[in-house]
Amino acid sequence: MPVSISIPISNESIRALHVGDSVLLNGIIVTGRDAAHKWLFDRFIKKTVEPSLKDKEVYKALKDLLPGSLIYHCGPVVSGLDTEDYKFVSAGPTTSIRQESYQGEIISYFNLKGIIGKGGMGEKTLKSCIQTPAVYFHAVGGAAALIAKSVKRVLGVYKLEFGMPEAIWVIQVEDFPVVVTMDSFGKSFHEKVLENSRLMLDRLIN
Amino acid sequence: MQDLTPHILELIRLTSTSLPADVERTLLSAQEKEEDGSVAQNVMQSILENVTIARETSTSICQDTGTPIFFVRYPGSYSTKKLISIIRSAVAEATEKLYLRPNAVNSLTGKNSGNNLGENYFPVIHFQEIEGERLTIDLLLKGGGCENVGRQYSLPDSHLNAFRDLEGVRKVALDAVFQAQGQGCAPGFLGIAIGGDRGTSYLASKEVFLEDLSSHHPDPIIAALEKLITKEANKLQIGPMGLGGRSTILGTKIIGLHRLPASCFVSISYMCWAFRRHRISITGEKVEFN
Repeated sequence: MPVSISIPISNESIRALHVGDSVLLNGIIVTGRDAAHKWLFDRFIKKTVEPSLKDKEVYKALKDLLPGSLIYHCGPVVSGLDTEDYKFVSAGPTTSIRQESYQGEIISYFNLKGIIGKGGMGEKTLKSCIQTPAVYFHAVGGAAALIAKSVKRVLGVYKLEFGMPEAIWVIQVEDFPVVVTMDSFGKSFHEKVLENSRLMLDRLIN
Repeated sequence: MQDLTPHILELIRLTSTSLPADVERTLLSAQEKEEDGSVAQNVMQSILENVTIARETSTSICQDTGTPIFFVRYPGSYSTKKLISIIRSAVAEATEKLYLRPNAVNSLTGKNSGNNLGENYFPVIHFQEIEGERLTIDLLLKGGGCENVGRQYSLPDSHLNAFRDLEGVRKVALDAVFQAQGQGCAPGFLGIAIGGDRGTSYLASKEVFLEDLSSHHPDPIIAALEKLITKEANKLQIGPMGLGGRSTILGTKIIGLHRLPASCFVSISYMCWAFRRHRISITGEKVEFN
């Protein structure tokens, strides 16, 4: 049976989660993928690019939204762009590993309680999950119409100039179904699948 | 020539929102093969449920509606210039109707064009003039996740101990599946082109996705290799979405191309479970979708 978890999530709730646990997520989360991660990282973490006044405003809003919450690796299809009456039509996860260079530091910087994505992430993220603490929630890739049903409201959007898929959408989700595949104790389900498949590959090709 | 734009628009809607019957059947049988109560079976159930919802509500199966790749076979009476303009306007309209996500990003400025139109290569349109009166347009929507895990090898590959023979092809194909893990949205399908130059090789590796999943290469030796690669890929137990399980690859298709004496590329395209392809055939006033 899946456990229901409300966002913002406490450290205790995170520590109670283990690889393999099914979870239904409830509350406010934020989407972010390639452009958003690089933007955050360059301007506010590594500070290699001077943020504009507008950037600082978005940052301030995110500083309020992100602690205790989650970033969802998702580039949705959204209706209502002309009327600003936004609705998520199609919203499955995108491949997470592309954010590996940024994710660990973004998790700890904003005190995120986790990531929702697909395919899992690497060592740096896992390390940050142990320290912060946080977890990696796996959603079913491609199950876009199904997951869109869990998105009850779109509360706002930042950086729409990145384009619909890359913008930072603030959404309220209800019973969003996910599985923990990286926990705050250093366990990664993806690592296990990778190692098992590596052993089998060796047998098949050598 | 009748206005084909509404028909192409329907082709796009159909492809984005409804999986072809052979793909859905294959996914269903994959779900049945997974262990009862396993994560793999749950994932397959969600996938199939999603496929049904998308069809019923006419929304895209996956939010990444991918690169639209059109394969056009046209009688000499058609103008390719006109066909290009019809296809491009249908793509823009399909984006407005949200059958397609705005997916065309200018690589130099980072700006999304907003309507899925880029320069000549976006959307991708391949033309082939044919005899007869029938215009056939196949559409593949290939998402970024599975496109990113495609790989091109050059045989011999000393790292994998893969030589310039079919055994070498088998080895690199299994390596590609291993490297992909769950990132390409397994369970997936492999299109493998042996030979060609780098460009034609990748192109052919995608073109094989247009064939029905039940078909195999006419040469029994190559057909056997297709089946072997699928079978062995599943031994890797990467499983649906890379979360472990019995179904990793659900089908393999191989095509051979002539190559230079110096080169032997093996290009492997990975198609995710959301294997979106449909065809429209037009003869005079008669329009048919499948």
